[in-house]
Amino acid sequence: MHPFNYVAPKTVEEAVNVLEKHGDKARPLAGGTDLLVQARGNKWDLEAVVDVKKIPEAMKLEASDDGLIIGSGVPCYQIYENEEVKKHYAGIVDGAFIIGGIQIQSRAAIGGNLCNAAPSGDAICPLIVYGATANIAGPNGERKIAVEDFCIGPGKTVIKNGELLVSISVPKPAKRSGAAYERFIPRNEMDIAVAAVAVSVVIDNTGENFESVNIALASVGPTPIVARKASDYLAGKPINDASISEAASIAKDEASPISDMRGTIEHRKHLIEVITNRMIKESVKRARG
Amino acid sequence: MVELFENKANYKVIGTRPVRHDGVDKVTGRAVYGADVKVPGLIWGEVLRSTEVHAKIKSIDTSAAEKFPGVIAVMTHDDLATPGRDTTRNGLNDVDREFFNIMAKDKVMYKGHVIAAVAAIDRNTAQEAVRKIKVEYEKLQPVTNVDDAVAKNAPILLDDLIGDHLGEDVKNTNIATHFRHEFGNVEEGFESADLIVDKEVTLQMVHQGYIEPHNATAIWNEDNKVTVWSSTQGSFGVRDQTAKFIGLPPSSVRVNYSEIGGGFGGKTKVYLSPIAAILSKKSNGRPVKIVMDRPSVFQATGPAPGGKVRVKMGVTNEGKITAAHATIRYEAGAYPGSAVNAGAICIFACYEMPASRIDGYDIVVNKPKSAAYRAPGSPQAAFAIETVIDEICDQKGWDKIQFRLDNAAKKGTRRGDGVLLEKIGFEESLQAAQKSEHWNSDIGKSKEGKLRGRGLACGYWMNGGGLSTCDLMLTDDGTVMMNEGSADIGGTRASIAMQAAEVLGLSAEDIKPTIPDTDSIGYTGMTGGSRTTFATGYAAYLAAQSMVDQLKSRVAILWELNEDDIDFNEGFFTSNDQELKISIKELSGKLESTGGPVSSTASVNMAAGGNGYAVHICDLEIDPETGKTDVVRYTAIQDVGKAIHPSYAEGQIQGGVVQGIGWALNEEYYLHPDGSMANHSFLDYRMPTCLDMPMIETIMVEVPNPNHPYGVRGVGEVTLAPPIAAASNAVKDATNKRILEQPIKPSRILKAIRD
Ligand SMILES: Cc1cc2nc3c(=O)[nH]c(=O)nc-3n(C[C@H](O)[C@H](O)[C@H](O)COP(=O)(O)OP(=O)(O)OC[C@H]3O[C@@H](n4cnc5c(N)ncnc54)[C@H](O)[C@@H]3O)c2cc1C
Repeated sequence: MHPFNYVAPKTVEEAVNVLEKHGDKARPLAGGTDLLVQARGNKWDLEAVVDVKKIPEAMKLEASDDGLIIGSGVPCYQIYENEEVKKHYAGIVDGAFIIGGIQIQSRAAIGGNLCNAAPSGDAICPLIVYGATANIAGPNGERKIAVEDFCIGPGKTVIKNGELLVSISVPKPAKRSGAAYERFIPRNEMDIAVAAVAVSVVIDNTGENFESVNIALASVGPTPIVARKASDYLAGKPINDASISEAASIAKDEASPISDMRGTIEHRKHLIEVITNRMIKESVKRARG
Repeated sequence: MVELFENKANYKVIGTRPVRHDGVDKVTGRAVYGADVKVPGLIWGEVLRSTEVHAKIKSIDTSAAEKFPGVIAVMTHDDLATPGRDTTRNGLNDVDREFFNIMAKDKVMYKGHVIAAVAAIDRNTAQEAVRKIKVEYEKLQPVTNVDDAVAKNAPILLDDLIGDHLGEDVKNTNIATHFRHEFGNVEEGFESADLIVDKEVTLQMVHQGYIEPHNATAIWNEDNKVTVWSSTQGSFGVRDQTAKFIGLPPSSVRVNYSEIGGGFGGKTKVYLSPIAAILSKKSNGRPVKIVMDRPSVFQATGPAPGGKVRVKMGVTNEGKITAAHATIRYEAGAYPGSAVNAGAICIFACYEMPASRIDGYDIVVNKPKSAAYRAPGSPQAAFAIETVIDEICDQKGWDKIQFRLDNAAKKGTRRGDGVLLEKIGFEESLQAAQKSEHWNSDIGKSKEGKLRGRGLACGYWMNGGGLSTCDLMLTDDGTVMMNEGSADIGGTRASIAMQAAEVLGLSAEDIKPTIPDTDSIGYTGMTGGSRTTFATGYAAYLAAQSMVDQLKSRVAILWELNEDDIDFNEGFFTSNDQELKISIKELSGKLESTGGPVSSTASVNMAAGGNGYAVHICDLEIDPETGKTDVVRYTAIQDVGKAIHPSYAEGQIQGGVVQGIGWALNEEYYLHPDGSMANHSFLDYRMPTCLDMPMIETIMVEVPNPNHPYGVRGVGEVTLAPPIAAASNAVKDATNKRILEQPIKPSRILKAIRD
């Protein structure tokens, strides 16, 4: 690792200026739990790291009737300790709660997790099923992009040189909705998802049918995968074992994993089916309160 | 829980649980570990490691590194001393091959193999500079498992290797050694059997996984005296190995003791000390420090061998073993010298049988050179034999403890390598298992949809003896300063001090142990082979007795009596007629007037340390939908001889179980298609965390070792032998499927269940 500059701007504009100046030799820094490890491993040739934690917009965590705003530097523990978030965004809490241990959660941000764009990132699929949007700032001003379109490859995002993620907006969930996220790891903690699934459901006013469903899969493709077919299949279907099993089986076919040290193709596809099934049921349970 | 099998003397200190002498420093962070060492003028070294798994080195260009600002010295293999010319049957001596493991010369044998090194003003500079060294490789086909290594037309990894195949010299081979131990008529034994079970297990390399990475700091003085600090299991081993690689006599190298953050056998070899020393020499004597990172620890330091172990065993309908044949093939790694010899000693050591044949193969592959790991070679062997025993019992419907009792090794049993066993505690351990709460309680209800199973397995480790030294010095306040040469990796300061305290009738706290540098204590072998409490403890015992003898002569002067008229008991000297009495504490203030300070020393060379046996019971829960396992209950029963400090003996037993569970269920060297290790971080290596472990119950059986005054057998290693088999047998019990491939990971379990 060679020396680089640490910059802690106080405004988005200042941050954009520094990032633009250094191009691909600058990286934004949230909790640093990915970035510093990667810098030591020589993944980046750095001139500057730009800490977002002094920028007010990046540290905002605000739940209102319009939804939830998560600043890109807000650490996981603040998310799962926030009463409003716990009440309305249980699926996001599921993700934030399992990222690393207590030390990591005290630094690691949801925004950092998203920008790191690991196929296994535990915060990303929950954001997708809640229909979240990324708020990006850059030399040409601000732009918004759906989180489901944010990751474009392992470690690759739509963020360009000079840009940074300011915050994430999550719409307020509908009535009678619930969401959940779970990953499979061979140990009980401190591991990377072999396969994981986030689900959100809205159930109709009879309580017996799915109104709409979002399913997203992690660790089974180069980016998080939106299981569109499985989600569409369930919309309007009665809530029962048959429909849920069928959706899980469709989701399994939407996964396109590889075999590596963390798991085999066969095992990962199977896990997607098992976890999708479990998460749909968990979401329904939460939707029913 | 302690079970006694013999009436013991009434100990005052032994068997109690005092706080360890190094405890406060360790919990307050004050203890100095190898990487904490700071000396004036310190500079940093860094090594360049091979990016290839198997390749010829065509050229090494260090010029850019030499010119890099801040660089002080650069070295390659040619800067090391010249290997000895002694050859053995195997061609070059195994020790001399280590010259090429320390730093490659013409060829790299595994990814991470060290090629060159630099010293620079700070660590970052050294790291940047080392990357400027250019190496031109000619890639060769890698060989990464025992089957590929012995296949026809396999690439030959070491051109000059002469294999010893049952006494024949064989060239062009990757099998460094094939040896055989045999007694009885094995063929007849199999013919007279009513049931023969024959199974082969496959294992991957696994790492010891100590928290503290390897490190070394060295100063090469102008007078060609070298000072070294290194976290190690044995300072004298570091001294002797370093001296050899840098071409100095051992007496020119002084190794300072530093605390060690885990070793488990992996810190018995030097990797960095010779490099730091040469870099210091080339830097005009500046102290040079090198600390490995975790990927290097995984990729280039002592894993335990993987390989294949096959066991064929015959039994009669009456439940007696008639014969057994084991074929043990271990991956030595890049150079010869796996733990196959020890594996062969251990494999049948739990059982008595009329005929036995054990074939051992030491096989060279393109992986890091394997090193010792807690009962080296025994866990892999136990996986095979204990699987076969479990299968025999399953097929015959026999009780798994009773069958073992009916065939248990005891005093006079011939071990597979021919040795007749002395008094051992295997039957007592099996009986303790039979009576245990765990074995007699129901397996419990599993969580919804989960499967539960119980497995039992046994293990053996011979325990070492060897060379040790202990010095004692009585101070005038009645405490005793103790110097002993054994690196303390598991509470041995306490267990050694307690043995001296017992003799002297003092408390454990009255003894103040120190582990000095290699110039300041007699030779002491490394802490390994479960030898330390046994051998160094015996040296402490002898030194303490010698101190008592000396003190008796001082009392004789004080009381104007003959030494024969003075008794010593529990810290007090008394005259035969009981009229006079003085404690060691009081006497310590009267040394000056009776002849001056009192100190004593003892050095020992102990024969083997007395045969450790373990019986483990493991309850597992399996999620049949995902293949995930959870160990829900675990009991380790072990003959410890005598637990000097029961808490530390229990800690050793529990620690070994944790490592064994990791080995069984998730740990492995997972290779990329090119043969390099993919999961070289703790994140992906998947050792168990505390959330993966239940409280491990221990039952210590005490069948005293007849070869030690307090009956010590050594406890640290046999505990790692049974867990793989215990977990595997539990998986069989839960799923009715036997998985013969380690690790028994979720994907394998799921596949077995669904097939
Ligand atoms: C011990 C340990 C355990 C872990 N366990 C898990 C786990 O269980 N699950 C999991 O998903 N991850 C895990 N991680 C990875 C990591 O902690 C998470 O991905 C975390 O959420 C990253 O957040 P951060 O704030 O630390 O990101 P940083 O390291 O600060 O940044 C991550 C990446 O995003 C970029 N970035 C940061 N902020 C911005 C921004 N505002 N705009 C644009 N780009 C930005 C950085 O340049 C970098 O490339 C673990 C890491 C460690 C060290």
